[in-house]
Amino acid sequence: MISATVDERKTAAGQATDVAQTAGAAGAVAAARPLSTGAEWTFDLIDAYDRAIREIAVGEFGLDCYPNQIEIIASEQMLDAYASLGLPIGYSHWSFGKEFIRNEHLYRKGHQGLAYEIVINSNPCIAYLMEENTMAMQALVIAHACYGHNSFFKGNYLFRQWTDAEAIIDYMVFAKKYVAQCEERYGLEAVEEVLDSCHALMSHGVDRYHHPAPLSVEEERRRQIERERHAWKQFDEIWRTLPAKSRGRERKGMRAEPSFPAEPQENLLYFIEKHSPCLEPWQAEIVRIVRKMAQYFYPQGQTKVMNEGWATFWHYTILNRLFDKGLVDSGFMLEVLAAHTNVIAQRGYDQRGYAGINPYALGYAMFTELRRICETPSEEDRHWFPDIAGCRNWRKVLDFAMRNYKDESFIAQYLSPRLMREFRLFAIADHEGEDSLFVDVIHNDQGYRRLRRLLAAQYNRDYQIPDVQIVRYERRGDRSLTLRHRRHRGRPLDEAAEQVLKHVHRLWGFTVRLVTVDENDKQVGMLEVK
Amino acid sequence: MSIIIDRRLNDRNKNAVNRQRFLRRYKAQIQRAVDQMVSKRSITDMERGGTVNIPIKDISEPSFRHGKGGDREIVHAGNHSFSPGDRIPRPPPERGTAGGQGEGDAQDDFVFSLSREEFMNLFFDDLELPRLVRNVLGDVREYKWRRAGYTPSGVPANLSILRSLRNATARRIALRGALQRELCEVEAALQRAPTPELLRRAERLRARIRHLPFLDEVDLRFRHRVREPQPVARAAMFCLMDVSASMTEEKKDLAKRFFALLYLFLSRKYERVDLIFIRHTDNAQEVDEQTFFYGTQSGGTVVLSALKLMDEIIASRYDASTWNLYGAQVSDGDAFGADPEKSRAFLEEKLLPRLRYFAYVEVPDEPGRTGSLAHTYGRIEDERFAMRSVSARNGIYPVLRELFAREAA
Repeated sequence: MISATVDERKTAAGQATDVAQTAGAAGAVAAARPLSTGAEWTFDLIDAYDRAIREIAVGEFGLDCYPNQIEIIASEQMLDAYASLGLPIGYSHWSFGKEFIRNEHLYRKGHQGLAYEIVINSNPCIAYLMEENTMAMQALVIAHACYGHNSFFKGNYLFRQWTDAEAIIDYMVFAKKYVAQCEERYGLEAVEEVLDSCHALMSHGVDRYHHPAPLSVEEERRRQIERERHAWKQFDEIWRTLPAKSRGRERKGMRAEPSFPAEPQENLLYFIEKHSPCLEPWQAEIVRIVRKMAQYFYPQGQTKVMNEGWATFWHYTILNRLFDKGLVDSGFMLEVLAAHTNVIAQRGYDQRGYAGINPYALGYAMFTELRRICETPSEEDRHWFPDIAGCRNWRKVLDFAMRNYKDESFIAQYLSPRLMREFRLFAIADHEGEDSLFVDVIHNDQGYRRLRRLLAAQYNRDYQIPDVQIVRYERRGDRSLTLRHRRHRGRPLDEAAEQVLKHVHRLWGFTVRLVTVDENDKQVGMLEVK
Repeated sequence: MSIIIDRRLNDRNKNAVNRQRFLRRYKAQIQRAVDQMVSKRSITDMERGGTVNIPIKDISEPSFRHGKGGDREIVHAGNHSFSPGDRIPRPPPERGTAGGQGEGDAQDDFVFSLSREEFMNLFFDDLELPRLVRNVLGDVREYKWRRAGYTPSGVPANLSILRSLRNATARRIALRGALQRELCEVEAALQRAPTPELLRRAERLRARIRHLPFLDEVDLRFRHRVREPQPVARAAMFCLMDVSASMTEEKKDLAKRFFALLYLFLSRKYERVDLIFIRHTDNAQEVDEQTFFYGTQSGGTVVLSALKLMDEIIASRYDASTWNLYGAQVSDGDAFGADPEKSRAFLEEKLLPRLRYFAYVEVPDEPGRTGSLAHTYGRIEDERFAMRSVSARNGIYPVLRELFAREAA
């Protein structure tokens, strides 16, 4: 259906060319006329480009996407979108204001440009395009976001498992309304306190192992009312009138339940939501909202390299195809290539503006490399990637990689020696016991495997976020909560930990302890907030 | 099929509420920053937005993060000279890790700009003139225009075309009636027996009808508007400054700053506030703004002269029953002989009953010392009188806030 309309357009364009060329209309059919020339964009042109890009992305390369919703916004609105973590709607909180003010200041002073686009993992997939972009940039962004990121959101296992594109916007609408209602009923400060505390624990409010049920506004509201009702029913004045238990029985009770929870819990927010002895129902609901948001963003943090690499690879491939078909002129292509080159620039460690490995550069290079290995493998590739080298069907290989990996495993699996040489990767070891840093490994024959493992480990969640879990809740005793931080290779928590513990205490209401253990579970330190 | 939506016309200030929350939450810090900013600025430069620095530590959001220490390896790009085992001296603590030049620049302050509006709001947040009364006055200065029908005279801009043409039509019908009737008779007579005499008469009558003007001056009507007096809150602030020789440049600067802030506050919050500037040495004179803030004059000290001048001005120009009267006085507190006592008595007995509020600010030689004026003024017991002491630039703004803090309703 869609391809038919595009074909019609093309023939119409072809005919126009025929008419224009009164004499010698030989090449008119082969070279279709460019969709547009010059930098100006219009809504009709965006539509035309979108159709052309869709025909290539979906029709020729078989990308599987959610429907697209392309929204044109102004730069102020882009700043707005930045602050709300890229979501189009969210509850009000000062930290978003802070983020907004910071970005606005940087932008106004010219320290920082704005992204060309923001794309939201929802169904339909919402992409924001900046009005300042030229037509070429809009086309690049459409290819990048609306077909690249979009297909990644739909295909990658982490997103499939952990986010529900159908429901997120509805859920955020619910969240915004609910928080606003709470603010009305309980006051700004009370709500802000809970949100502050929850935000402090956001990175530890993520489930990694079981699947949440899909949620919708109605369902969510119904369940929330149910939870509140249940809590009401549970409350019974009569229990207060019972005489205090004798000491012996209390002991027995404790013995019957030696330790709770039975397993350490890594989702702190979940545990607090379900078990906190002091939270009101509405407070628990807010904890839940923040937890859901943290969960929604969890896959994005785990697939930065892949997601950006995938989108960049596809905008490059699609736009080149557009050029090959004669639908865009070389001026368009030059502009696209200039932008593309900026995006995938990887600076060396000693160059200005170096900020670590550029995820766009690494991701793009890896997907391009995968295609090359499939199409024109070298001896080395055959040795390193025997199963895919020279298999020709690069689309299947890329699709498989996109669906089944996250950054850590993707790098561990697919980073090729050639790329390590190209990026001139090397690892610096920073060990507490040593006086100086030393070069652990570089891009040579002896180093490839270790280098690849080290880089992959860098994208492991444990490398980025400390391992803090709930190990004990004295349900029958003083209701104290014990958290355990297990040091990862001797790395301590930074000094903000004490602040965070105070936030935990606010949500918990009783004594909270943070025990630090080394890798052999030997206790090395403790913090306590009473 | 993709949907394309133009969102540019949507609300652009989605984050205004979050921004306000941020400002509200860190009001104390921001106010401190504003305070510092003001004490650094020149007098003419008070009313402007500004860049605020807040220590980033104060507003950071904590989370469990890895701290420094322990073992780790970091992969970097762009190696051109390292081999495995090469040693690199550990960079000094504050900087990031090896090679990470971009990581090193730790940001100390959270910097952002306040718009002029926000700045002034923060600046004069919760300030107001105490006990301001909205009184209807004999000598009203605020009017409202009201429609009051039509008049036969006026300026062309107010011409009511409809009314004028309606009048013209009426006039034409009225004037033509008699002529028309006569003409009818003449024409009837002509039918019966045409004579040259009758023909001439008919001709004359027709000409007269023809010559009736379409629009005459008497037809014109103009929309009429009248000014109606409105009740209004009028206030007059008397600024009294001691410029005697004992007031050093520094003290004068403090005094002028205080009045500059006061002036800014009043001119911003209240449209109708008369400001009367009085400076005094051993005799007082009323001066204009320019002279008050920038003039240089010196001499002895007689406080009473200023109060008396104020009294005279009130008597001649500002009737206490129709004006809300305020006074602010800044002095170093030096007064000699009977002057302080006389001033106190004059202020307490003659002036205060007519004033809504009188604020006295002293700029002492050294912090904590009270001048003789403050000493005697201290005996005034009246809720309309307030007294503060300022000894440094950054104390001015807090004192202004104290003096004009909004009363808890």
